[in-house]
Amino acid sequence: MRDSSPNLDDYDRVTTGFSWDQARTQLDGLGDGRLNIAYEALDRHLAEAGGRTAIRFLAKDSDTPVEISYRALTERANRFANVLVELGVESGERVYGLSHRIPDLYAAVLGTLKHGCVFTPLFPAFGPDPVRQRVEIGEPAVIVTTGRLYRKKVADWINETASVRHVLLIDELDQAAGGAEDAVALMEAASPDYATRPMDPEDPALLHFTSGTTGKPKGALHVHEAVVTHHITGRYAPDLHPGEIYWCTADPGWVTGTSYGIIAPLTNGVTMVVDEAEFDAERWYRILQDPGVAVWYTAPTAIRMLIKYGAELAQAHDLSSLRFMASAGEPLNPEAVNWGREVLGKPFHDNWWQTETGGIMVTNFASMPIKPGSMGKPMPGIEAAIARHEADSLEFVDSPDETGELVLKAGWPSMFRGYLNQEERYRKSFADGWYLTGDLARRDADGYFWFVGRTDDVIKSSGHLIGPFEVESVLLEHDAVAEAGVIGVPDEVAGSVVKAFVSLKPGYEAGAELRKGLMGLARKKLGPAVAPRQIDFRDDLPRTRSGKIMRRLLRARELGLPEGDLSTLEGSDQ
Amino acid sequence: MNRDELRSILLQELSDIAPDIDTAMVEDDASLQDEYDLDSMDAVNLVTAIHKRLGVNIPDRDYARMRSIADLLDYIEPRLAG
Repeated sequence: MRDSSPNLDDYDRVTTGFSWDQARTQLDGLGDGRLNIAYEALDRHLAEAGGRTAIRFLAKDSDTPVEISYRALTERANRFANVLVELGVESGERVYGLSHRIPDLYAAVLGTLKHGCVFTPLFPAFGPDPVRQRVEIGEPAVIVTTGRLYRKKVADWINETASVRHVLLIDELDQAAGGAEDAVALMEAASPDYATRPMDPEDPALLHFTSGTTGKPKGALHVHEAVVTHHITGRYAPDLHPGEIYWCTADPGWVTGTSYGIIAPLTNGVTMVVDEAEFDAERWYRILQDPGVAVWYTAPTAIRMLIKYGAELAQAHDLSSLRFMASAGEPLNPEAVNWGREVLGKPFHDNWWQTETGGIMVTNFASMPIKPGSMGKPMPGIEAAIARHEADSLEFVDSPDETGELVLKAGWPSMFRGYLNQEERYRKSFADGWYLTGDLARRDADGYFWFVGRTDDVIKSSGHLIGPFEVESVLLEHDAVAEAGVIGVPDEVAGSVVKAFVSLKPGYEAGAELRKGLMGLARKKLGPAVAPRQIDFRDDLPRTRSGKIMRRLLRARELGLPEGDLSTLEGSDQ
Repeated sequence: MNRDELRSILLQELSDIAPDIDTAMVEDDASLQDEYDLDSMDAVNLVTAIHKRLGVNIPDRDYARMRSIADLLDYIEPRLAG
């Protein structure tokens, strides 16, 4: 019988003895201190486990899974790397991916890394505006997408972006759309052999976009050495064991779906389930049951949807193969942890991290008691603290249960190395050698961390980070809108949903028609994942004396919370 | 209510939830999710709206099988009272 005892069996012992140098030795490397994420994910398994299934793909409209071995996925990635070579794409250039979950997306990610290019995932539910904005910021040479997404979200503006030389379509097509190339045909014609490029550990590998309170999305740059964190956190947090069946439901259009939906599972030699379809409770239970998923990594919104479907549906399935369940993306409420325990027979293990951290930083480990509602304890090699910061200095909060900002000692391998073209913003994310996460948290007397809130106005909806500014900017494009303020309001399933407040220019009448017009505009440009679900009209919005919309006050008034310090409110006498 | 009237009600409700959809161009067999970008929260809202407007309850398990306007019509039509 397979030994599935926790990889991290004793937290204190492993943490005390841990060093990143020692963690590096768990990977193969490519000599002279060089390495490549894709080599660790694919090539190094070929000698002993080339025939093992890397991807068990479930197509939307088929009941028969497609098994893709580590060898087959390596060859497919090699073909993609060779396509990049033939197209004259050079190491260091950027390749964007905008696709739903199909096997060649995974081959494209890994082929891109093999060739030393930088990969950026984009969420396929984005509207054309967020896609275009991220392309303009990151200036990729190549966009990998599908015929449908190309037609709907890219084709209209792609000619106006100078950097993009090739649009590669990775779904089966009779004929590639104008301006795009049939990547499947190119891959078929390319060689399945490719010598993976040995990269410097500090060479960029991944560019992940994330949203802030103000301004444009930020492109967080990660390097090839990040794979050291991906691998070890995959071993210790979701407790991956080679050869086991693993399912990460996160879309590879976000950082979770890349770090724990592609890289960590492959470096740890598991078989990944990849489901093309979107959420469907019955289908999900079938996916857990049929191949015998051992480790399941999902998100609070999905768990809360499953809870809505009821225990009966879960209990109609044999989920006895499930060994470990993890959750990330936003704090998991204690009820959901306990529901797992009662209905699925296992608790969910919450963890915490961010786009900037590249990998799991704080987690509830398999070998430790779970505190429902807590994010757990820091990973080995990660120093986490609660602090208050002013200007460039930090004051640590050592007494338990006091709220402050969660900060992490800089220097772990998957830490972001910059915000693309925004050096100042990157610098401001650190103080005294610590990364400032922007999350408020407290630590209890047992050393468990608890999420309290954000220090800024970003919104977490269905686990996706949404910058209010991005939404406000689109609303302001409407002729009728004078001011817009966007906040998150609590939602039973999604955690938060986006709500907009707008004031109108003279001559415009608030009403259902205009609300529909605004929602339509926002959905068309931003996509349903980012656009507001609710829009309220106001005569005017609260502003600071310097003219900034006070989102904090909008939120307090909407939710009936204390209004706090109003001394900067325009028109106040204080 | 005939199928055409039902269709026009469905399109009205769809348009309230996703005003970005040009209802004049909706093809009955096209996937609401793929072609018209309806996400799971939109789907929940649509089911709620249909229940409110027509009194027809669509359990989540059944909704999961409904991909298009045609599927919805086929499901709702026989369940309409009178």
